[in-house]
Amino acid sequence: MNQNGSEQKHYIDQYLREDRMPHIWCPGCGLGSILHCFLSSLIKSGIDMDKVVVVSGIGCTGRAAGYVKLDSFHTTHGRAIPFATGLKIANPELQVVVFSGDGDLIAIGGNHLIHAARRNIDMTVICVNNFNYGMTGGQLGPTTPLGARTQTSPIGNYERPFSLPYLAAASGAVYVARWTSMHVRRLEQTITEALLKRGFRFIEVIAPCPTTYGRRNRQPTGLDQMRYYRENSIIRHGADPKDVDIDLNGKIIVGKFIDIERPTYSDLLDEVMQRAFGTELPKDDTSKEEATVVGSAPK
Amino acid sequence: MKYWRKTLDQDQVKPIRGRVEVLKDRCKQCRFCIDFCPKQVLEESTEFNRKGYHPVYAALPNECVNCGLCELICPEFAISVVPLEEEEVKEEARYV
Ligand SMILES: Cc1ncc(C[n+]2csc(CCOP(=O)(O)OP(=O)(O)O)c2C)c(N)n1
Ligand code: SF4
Ligand code: SF4
Ligand code: SF4
Ligand SMILES: [Mg+2]
Repeated sequence: MNQNGSEQKHYIDQYLREDRMPHIWCPGCGLGSILHCFLSSLIKSGIDMDKVVVVSGIGCTGRAAGYVKLDSFHTTHGRAIPFATGLKIANPELQVVVFSGDGDLIAIGGNHLIHAARRNIDMTVICVNNFNYGMTGGQLGPTTPLGARTQTSPIGNYERPFSLPYLAAASGAVYVARWTSMHVRRLEQTITEALLKRGFRFIEVIAPCPTTYGRRNRQPTGLDQMRYYRENSIIRHGADPKDVDIDLNGKIIVGKFIDIERPTYSDLLDEVMQRAFGTELPKDDTSKEEATVVGSAPK
Repeated sequence: MKYWRKTLDQDQVKPIRGRVEVLKDRCKQCRFCIDFCPKQVLEESTEFNRKGYHPVYAALPNECVNCGLCELICPEFAISVVPLEEEEVKEEARYV
């Protein structure tokens, strides 16, 4: 029986913890669509679900770890990436996915993000950017656009935000993409591709948060925000991440920006172990060969 | 003289059609599916669900092309789309 008291089911229910449903996300919140895309990508990638671990921190987005019927880890605020790093290094067979919010990954967890990218640790990070701290009532965060009103910037934000693809790429991520939660098909394809690649993969997903952000910025419903994405998104694959800043109510450049190869943390660790002790870490067999690769390694 | 342009496999091509199934009690009336369906198949109903929302329903069921967009975009996991086989399409056509 499901939460509606009926026997009716949805195909995705098999990957959701039904005892935790219905989810807490507001009507018009983009998180449900993104979680659906992620689960659908996992199915399409053909990855063994028993090897998948979903890690998130705290926030509305962070609830995802508690909703998926997979091995998952709902960590402390900002620490999803360190937990995920430990999991991957201790058990290289795992396919580790971090699913968390802009506040969690970029504010309190920002330092972990840049260092995991620098080390090229094998994980996929799905960062849902709703431009504010939704769960705690809509405070401004490091992605809030200049001029946006939030609970803690009632007359407009005057702090310059991070552009996440630029931050991730500059820190060393080998795969960087951005979509909005309206681009469900493309997002699904991108996550699938990222899952089949190795190294630090970063996907920013812009999402409506009508309750605490949209409402204060003249887009009071999720649908208003989705329509804004439809009218203002420009797909530009291969765009230079330094050119993809987001201005309040401005254009949003989306697409796959970076897709390169670079030895991962485990590769280099293995090499050193081999040289020093003649031992090897257990082999990482979660990545597949099919992943398409464009571009070349940074010089 | 008249030329009829006919694809060779015309007899075998199945019309691409789908049937939308809505788990009514999950719908929170965000209207994403209504707005983004390429064929304007879906509409809000007048009935209430357990949460007090008006769940969507397929107002133009025969227009559905089984693209699956509504299914993926619904944040509440409330919609699934089932591909219709040719036979089912014929069967349904009798009643419309
Ligand atoms: C150490 C610590 N500091 C602060 C908080 C309060 N807190 C909970 S969620 C959150 C921000 C979440 O923002 P984000 O990651 O963007 O998630 P969203 O709710 O927007 O999806 C904060 C500051 C906390 N739980 N723990
Ligand atoms: S507060 Fe914002 S992010 Fe949190 S569930 Fe509501 S709409 Fe979604
Ligand atoms: S499957 Fe596509 S065409 Fe059919 S109702 Fe859904 S969005 Fe519309
Ligand atoms: S997308 Fe889902 S929740 Fe939103 S109106 Fe459609 S069926 Fe209801
Ligand atoms: Mg947020």
